[in-house]
Amino acid sequence: MKHVIAVLVENKPGVLARVSTMFARRGFNIHSLTVGPTEDPGMSRMTVVVDGPEMEQIVKQLYKLVHTVKVTEFEPGTAIEREIMLVRVNASPKLRGEILDAARVCDAKAVDVGVTTITFEVTGPPDRLADFLQLMSTYGVTSLAKSGRIALARDQKTAKSQSKSA
Amino acid sequence: MPEQLTGAQALIRSLEYEGVEVVFGMPGGAILKAYDPILESPIRHVLARHEQGAGHMASGYAHATGRVGVAIVTSGPAATNLLTALQDAYMDSVPMVAITGQVATTSIGNDAFQEAHTWGMSMPATKHNSLITSAEEIPDAVREAFHLASTGRKGPVLIDVPKDVLVDTMTWHRPGEINLPGYKPAVKGHPRQVKAAVDLIEQSERPVLYVGGGVVAASAGDELKEFAELINVPMVTTLMARGVFPDSHPLNLGMPGMHGNYTATIAMQRSDLLITIGARFDDRITGDLKHFATGAKVIHVDIDPAEISKNRFADVPIVGDAKTVLGQLIMETERRDARPDRDAWLATLHDWQTTYPLEYDQDPKGPIQQQYVIEELHRLTGGDATIVAGVGQHQMWASQFWGFEEPRRWINSGGLGTMGYAIPAAVGAKVGTPDEVVFAIDGDGCFQMTGTELITASVENIPIKVALLNNASLGMVKQWQTLFYDGRLSQTELSPTVPNFALFAEACGAVGIRVDQPDQVASALEQALAINDRPVLIEFICDPEAMVFPMVPAGGSNDDIALSREDFMSREDLT
Repeated sequence: MKHVIAVLVENKPGVLARVSTMFARRGFNIHSLTVGPTEDPGMSRMTVVVDGPEMEQIVKQLYKLVHTVKVTEFEPGTAIEREIMLVRVNASPKLRGEILDAARVCDAKAVDVGVTTITFEVTGPPDRLADFLQLMSTYGVTSLAKSGRIALARDQKTAKSQSKSA
Repeated sequence: MPEQLTGAQALIRSLEYEGVEVVFGMPGGAILKAYDPILESPIRHVLARHEQGAGHMASGYAHATGRVGVAIVTSGPAATNLLTALQDAYMDSVPMVAITGQVATTSIGNDAFQEAHTWGMSMPATKHNSLITSAEEIPDAVREAFHLASTGRKGPVLIDVPKDVLVDTMTWHRPGEINLPGYKPAVKGHPRQVKAAVDLIEQSERPVLYVGGGVVAASAGDELKEFAELINVPMVTTLMARGVFPDSHPLNLGMPGMHGNYTATIAMQRSDLLITIGARFDDRITGDLKHFATGAKVIHVDIDPAEISKNRFADVPIVGDAKTVLGQLIMETERRDARPDRDAWLATLHDWQTTYPLEYDQDPKGPIQQQYVIEELHRLTGGDATIVAGVGQHQMWASQFWGFEEPRRWINSGGLGTMGYAIPAAVGAKVGTPDEVVFAIDGDGCFQMTGTELITASVENIPIKVALLNNASLGMVKQWQTLFYDGRLSQTELSPTVPNFALFAEACGAVGIRVDQPDQVASALEQALAINDRPVLIEFICDPEAMVFPMVPAGGSNDDIALSREDFMSREDLT
């Protein structure tokens, strides 16, 4: 089972090394890790997707790092989760139309078209990326680059009002 | 007019500002600049012979005094030599600040002379570390390091200071307020959990207080005694907690675990409630976790939330400082009338103590038994000595056979098991408590790792005493080979004649005494106790076949505790 955690850390040199060293030292597996700035220039947000049953220890060990300010473990469905992917697909002129049609349905954007390949950009929840990748595998994927996941908690008020109106 | 200082001057002044009275270290290229202002500083510098020694001296000082120990060394090989001492202090939660020199910021990453990635290498071996990039940062960085080292779960903190930062000038300013938004160690336990803990204690029939080094770190010995007597519950004290509760107290069962005594170890196994304070369910305590204290509920008090339910699930977790939480537990207990009768449980334990005591036989014709030396030393000092051990058989015997009555009088390497800890740690302890008798109990294997720090002790006029229990072997490993590898001894036998330790001690400026008969033991110890102007080393030629028992085989259940070699050999399931 994969878990998504958001780690708010002080934006200090080497903070990524501290977090990744801790994971390596404790034998925790990282599925993906992203880090970037937040609305506060003094803080960075890491989104870590981890495998395994040791969630309680992972959260506690993250908190133990002096530069960790807040750790949030998202319950399934409580966060907006996004990934971005660039995928290059074999596309002979004969199949190009068919592939572009399929891509349109999946909200994939053609960002580079070559003689025998098309490169798509797909942004969205992880399962949408997985679906598109599976679809394209029938044509042949030649290159793939994928970001780690980013996530933010859903706004509780919005979530409530949405469920009321629904 | 604001005062202009070099980074080096600011560093030493910042140490003075923290009240540092002594640093242990060794100069070198990158840290050179910082050694100049030491000449004018009231801070004493103890010149170690090896950076690992400097680190263990800082650790021994911290153990003995409760204050932060400071080590200062140069870059590259000095920093890597220090790493062992840092990891050692990290495992045993010893408050330490290490200052390492670093190549100039302009050279970092260029494989400059004596460059090592100290900051990266020490990251998993310290509570926190930092690389200073400008002289202006120094006062705050030092303040922060001492704050982190000495609060929460204590531990080593490293500051890496590049050469150019020491040379640059800065405008001196006192350190500002600590600004660590992610660091807020809990002090007080949650009142609901405190109530739940006292509920469990009232309901339990066979409770055991399981007390670790956290109670020493929190200086909570008095509260512990008050609480134990109030609830009338027997106690086991781990290797790191020896002395925090008097061994002479009827409630004290002594050390549990792999080489713990029968009663302490089996009391935990049969208990229905482990009241755990500042201990961490280390594998040397629990043996096979699946078979550890299977009928016990667990109250776990610890200042580090990550220790709670790490190895063993805690039914009642209490995050907080041991001293504060013990105070809360006392208040909550006093508020209630219930004082369950523990007489039957205590009587059972006292029966076990009588039936299964720690034992050894000293044949008057020899060879000298290691336990006999320890007991004779205890008799002659009246127990009034600080005992510092290395790692191995001698360490276990010291913990088993010395009657500890006070905290901070037992110093050893518990978590990391660092051979060679005793001599430098004894030097540090003696510097911190010059009026106490500091006696290192060491093995010949350990001594050969760091024995050169006896030179430091002589030259710096730090009169430690050393009881070297020479069994001409790496005794604990030999014991395992004897028991688990059919006696096939591989690389565990050391020379019985080389080095001549007494001569070695003399060469180091200490008094060297050599003893090989049991009837010489007491007079040699008396002679050592009478010498106070120099270090003394007594080499005791001991029984090379002696083994530490009781013993729980590694990874085995604590129920399989073997009381003696004969007991072990008679049980095929263990061999």
